[in-house]
Amino acid sequence: MKKASINRRKFVKGVSAVGGYTIAAPYVKTAHSAGKLLLGIWSHWIPGADDMLRHILVKWGEKNGVEVKVDFITSIGNKLLLTAQAESRAKTGHDIFSLPTWFGTMFKHRLDPIDDVVEDIINKHGPLLDSARFYAHLDGHWRGAPAPTGSFFDSFVSRFDLFKEHAGIDLKEMFPANENRNEELINNWTYDTFLIAAEKLYKAGKPFGATIGATPDSRWLSSLFTAYGAELVNKDGDISVDSDSVREVLEYLKKLTEFMPKSVYAWDDSSNNRWLISGEGSVISNPASAWAVAKRDNPNVAKNLWHHDAPRGPKGRFRPDNSQYWGIWSFAQNKSAAKDLLRYVSEKSVVDACVEASQGYDIPLIISHFKDNKTWVDASPPDGVLYNYPMRGDEVPVAPGYPAPPEIASQITTQYIIANLVARITSKGQSIKKGIRWAENELEGIMRG
Amino acid sequence: MKINNLFIWLKQKPRIAFFMCLPLILMVACLIIYPFFYSIFLATLNKAETKFVGFANFLFLFKRETFWLVVQQSIFFALVAVFFKALIGFIAAHSINAIPSKGQRKWRGMLLIPWVIPPALSTLGWWWLFEPTYSALNWLLEKLSIDAIPWLSETFWARFSIILVNIWVGAPFFLIMYLAALKSIPEDLYEAASIDGANYWQKLFFITLPMMKNIISITILFSIIVTFANFDIVRVLTRGGPIDTTHLFATYAFRVGIESGDIPLGAAVSLFMFPVLAVLSFIILRNVRKRTNEV
Repeated sequence: MKKASINRRKFVKGVSAVGGYTIAAPYVKTAHSAGKLLLGIWSHWIPGADDMLRHILVKWGEKNGVEVKVDFITSIGNKLLLTAQAESRAKTGHDIFSLPTWFGTMFKHRLDPIDDVVEDIINKHGPLLDSARFYAHLDGHWRGAPAPTGSFFDSFVSRFDLFKEHAGIDLKEMFPANENRNEELINNWTYDTFLIAAEKLYKAGKPFGATIGATPDSRWLSSLFTAYGAELVNKDGDISVDSDSVREVLEYLKKLTEFMPKSVYAWDDSSNNRWLISGEGSVISNPASAWAVAKRDNPNVAKNLWHHDAPRGPKGRFRPDNSQYWGIWSFAQNKSAAKDLLRYVSEKSVVDACVEASQGYDIPLIISHFKDNKTWVDASPPDGVLYNYPMRGDEVPVAPGYPAPPEIASQITTQYIIANLVARITSKGQSIKKGIRWAENELEGIMRG
Repeated sequence: MKINNLFIWLKQKPRIAFFMCLPLILMVACLIIYPFFYSIFLATLNKAETKFVGFANFLFLFKRETFWLVVQQSIFFALVAVFFKALIGFIAAHSINAIPSKGQRKWRGMLLIPWVIPPALSTLGWWWLFEPTYSALNWLLEKLSIDAIPWLSETFWARFSIILVNIWVGAPFFLIMYLAALKSIPEDLYEAASIDGANYWQKLFFITLPMMKNIISITILFSIIVTFANFDIVRVLTRGGPIDTTHLFATYAFRVGIESGDIPLGAAVSLFMFPVLAVLSFIILRNVRKRTNEV
């Protein structure tokens, strides 16, 4: 072990001497890294993205004398979650594991604190998005570092042709593929404006579609709630669902759901994609995957799609945040190499390569990495389709269940309390008062110790 | 000499039987008994699994509206599905039994197909038929100018759908068990009844049903246990929705325990059905034993 470390240092020195910095260049380490490193990584939706990541990781391993083995684990059928649960309980498995959204909260007791790693990353690359602290800084320690793949924010993905034709809204003028945004138009892009547009599109037979079911894609409701200042549990952990702002957003949703397909109560995470790609829908809340698939399956739809900001509510403009981290299990066999790798994958060259391989789907969690990334600028058709997919204006990413403390927010999300509350009122015809009482009962339940 | 003694010792019937059953006993111990006791242990811990809380998780569940909804749904689902599975299985068994024995084999084979296919796969096929937006069944209905049915997005139809698929999967089990029972009833009894002037219904109620009582009881018991504990059909078709109105114990336990990370509460949910089923099993098996002794 010691011998390997000395050789590696010599190797690093050699590489530094020639000044070469390539995508596989070793990170300058403070810890010994050698031996085997096992990674359990979320398998990407976008074809080719996993291959790029594997290539990057294996190359890093080769340069650093670490045998890197990557298992890409799909999240379909909760396989990633089940694997994490199994490894967490058995206290054996991979060294590094993907932590999408709430995994950090769920498994924090089995994750090593990696304050040193994240502090190094922040010192080198600058701050992370605010939501990173919410998801990954738990009980006073960082339990996850930014993952190079898998993070995304649901933008609005709209048919700009249908918006212009039926709702009289020119989305490309409002959110152009350059810095010259029309502030006046954007200021008028509110949820009230959207309601009027949704009605017109519904009457034209091309409605807005988004799930109101027990599935992660229902997080669009959470950002809508935040835009109205509607909290189920406040930041101090007190139940605050019985409020005027919750009643206001529920009243709004009663109107909006009249202009949505009734099947949304049974939609899964892929239903909205199919809805848009088939040409039946006009707008969904989604990452760039719907467009990427439409390019292949229905190019006529793809060339009329436009990613853009969400409407503004009384309290602001918010996007659902679905960021992903990588953590190190407390039972990991090679923590030193794992930490080095976490530092390495936060390099801009790595992140850029992953963003490109994912066709722009992946969003960096380090703010400086947004700069000079051509993937979102160059994507087409149509030209500029992804320009506004990363946030360019006044939008704020928001974790579902925010501002409740992460442990409670995770339960609100994974038990789909917001989606069920909305469905009770908009599909079951329950009164808002009764719905709120139900939500209070559920919230009391999830806050037990 | 010692080796000979060992062989003699091993050759004794009870010991051979024990050793031959040992692999199965080990499997049952590892895959059923250990997880059962481990889940009891988990159910007595707090959410963070750091403190013993006794029955607190169970008492906590009693106060949850959604949990009682799950209890009602599980009972409704199990009773309705088992009733129709038994009825359809009984009718199908009689129909096949009435066919000349030469043609019975192909009918038996065809009717067993739903039971033989792994339920997760066949349910996926049903999901395509019920798909919320592009349902194949609704496509057919629309061709016939009939309004589309919200198979999975409205409570009534979602419950109807999961029960329908459960019946489709489970009825062949009743069919095969009832068919075997029917074939074991001596023909003499029916001949004697015919001579006495008994009609079809009298033969059914005074010969067939009494002779099948035990097998009916056991199949119903077995099916209630399996149906109560169903997971895959609900998970694939509705994931417990809409608005939690199709959750069963197993799917709700998965939601709470695995998806939300509250393993102790999930274990408590899954264990909740154990006493109910244990009491039911005791009553049914006692009656079966009583009837067997009478015979």
